[in-house]
Amino acid sequence: MPKEKIIEVRNLSTQLAGVDILNDISFSAYKGEVTVILGGSGSGKTTLLKTILSLYNAYKGDVRILGKPLFKLDEKELDDLYMQMGVFYQEGALLNSLTVGENVALPLDQHTNLPTELIENVVRMKLSLVNIDYAYDLFPSELSGGMLKRAAIARAIIMDPPILFCDEPGAGLDPVSLDQLDQLILNLKTQLGMSIVMVTHEVSSILRIANRIVFLSEGKLLFEGPFADALSSDIPEIEEFFKKGKWVASRQ
Amino acid sequence: MSNNKSDKNTSYSIDGEILYLQNNLEVHEAGSLVKAILDELSGYSHQTLQINLDFLEEVDSTGVVAIQYIKHKLEEKDLKVYITGGSEAVRESLDTFSLKKGKPKKTAQKSSFFVTLGEEAHYIYSNFIKKFFELTADVFYWSFHDLFDHSARRRGESVNQAVLIGVNAVLIVGAMAFIIGMVLALQSASQLRNFGADVYIVDLTVLAMMGEMGPLITAILIAGRSGSSIAAEIATMKVTSELDALKTMGLNPVRFVVVPKLYGCLLTIPFLTILANVLGIAGGMLTAFLYLDITPEIFINRMEESLFFKDIVVSIIKSLVFGTLIVLTGSFYGFRVERGAEGVGKVTTLAVVLSLSLVIIADSIMGLVFY
Repeated sequence: MPKEKIIEVRNLSTQLAGVDILNDISFSAYKGEVTVILGGSGSGKTTLLKTILSLYNAYKGDVRILGKPLFKLDEKELDDLYMQMGVFYQEGALLNSLTVGENVALPLDQHTNLPTELIENVVRMKLSLVNIDYAYDLFPSELSGGMLKRAAIARAIIMDPPILFCDEPGAGLDPVSLDQLDQLILNLKTQLGMSIVMVTHEVSSILRIANRIVFLSEGKLLFEGPFADALSSDIPEIEEFFKKGKWVASRQ
Repeated sequence: MSNNKSDKNTSYSIDGEILYLQNNLEVHEAGSLVKAILDELSGYSHQTLQINLDFLEEVDSTGVVAIQYIKHKLEEKDLKVYITGGSEAVRESLDTFSLKKGKPKKTAQKSSFFVTLGEEAHYIYSNFIKKFFELTADVFYWSFHDLFDHSARRRGESVNQAVLIGVNAVLIVGAMAFIIGMVLALQSASQLRNFGADVYIVDLTVLAMMGEMGPLITAILIAGRSGSSIAAEIATMKVTSELDALKTMGLNPVRFVVVPKLYGCLLTIPFLTILANVLGIAGGMLTAFLYLDITPEIFINRMEESLFFKDIVVSIIKSLVFGTLIVLTGSFYGFRVERGAEGVGKVTTLAVVLSLSLVIIADSIMGLVFY
């Protein structure tokens, strides 16, 4: 049975301030898989993610998410599509004026008519799923880096979205926390059946969780395919990336 | 053609179609060397030139770029230029410090004054005026919409903003208005006494406070206090991706962040203005009593004659317009932030400057309309 495509990117090009950042990118992400977008710093990974999230405008190309043409949706349809996605931002992006509980509850509070008590229960359940149930009443400024990322994941998955986007979730974490975070992401994939699209350059994470690789270099697509194929690729940039990354991981 | 010049360490010689670079080519010598070579080759008659590096002992990064610059300049004159020779160390430096191939930057062509003026005007229109009105339309639409649709409102947020913007400013607005009322009356008292027109101090103080000073003092203090904090808060939210997070949760940032601030400001600024008016007049009353022996009773009686209901209404209308401008300007600049922490400081300053300017312009226009 052919795998179901959840994201289809075709010939996508993006400019920021008149400079080409992404050039003719095409790839697909499939249901139930962890697709990792990787590449060196400045290769356009985060720009690609933000373009897929419609936060940046593409000047060329087409993106289909869950079969819907992203750039042809009106505001209402886009908001509906956003309900199908959870997004985890690099720095967590929790609202500093709200407690962790209020942050995680926000989408439920705004988009459903669930009673407050029920919302609180759902929030506590999600916080315990990411092992920070004690942080319900804390403010983001009172959390450590790892806790902040867990809280951000709890908010991203509060609506049980079929797709979870993560922008460098492991950045700035120690190896133990990184391992726990990877385990958490794998659990989300298996327990909640989520498809995950992740931007990262943490090779140790990629080795643990990736099913599919999209490799960018200077805004161009160098490789798209299964993780095993990426590992055995003879493209010099990819070979070097994994070789050096493994060496760094082995030193940690 | 043959020549040999020495400039500190670096020297060169030209022998037929070969330019030899010699000794060390480093940052301090590169400028004069480039100039000398290009001057000498200005009358060069051959079709090709070889830049030979065999006698070059050392070259630094600027030296490499200088060699490339000479090559590029000569190629512009349709010469075919080759770089040859060089020790291993020199070739390595050439590889390391060569400008990477890419699209050459287009040098900005000088435009005529009118073209530049037109481009600037278009830039200001499309990046500022148009965007400001788009935000204004968005804010007004959602403010009106959310009056009737409570579902998307964050519970207690408008009240919270009312406290932050209005209630917390009571002390400063009241104190400043009282002092300005006193000073205003004090400045006028001596002049009025010369003409024996002491009692007109009441008209002057009351009308000045109601018509101009009350709303203006309040607006200036709110712009400085809350306009800046609105811009900084939204800018920080943008820098830390909180606005992106709201958007991808299906929440409109204008509706979620700006509208409660507008509600909070419009709920409180009329009361702050009335407070400023009352305390400003009280300050004037104190001065009138101390300097002109006008008792509070006489002051109030005179005030009843000189003050009309219209003045109070105009004062409140002005305060609402000023409040709206302050929130819109703060939000506008907050959403425009670029480049992290430095950008936050920049937009905060700009927000205060523009909101004060707009408040004064709006005050002038309303002065013309209402009086």
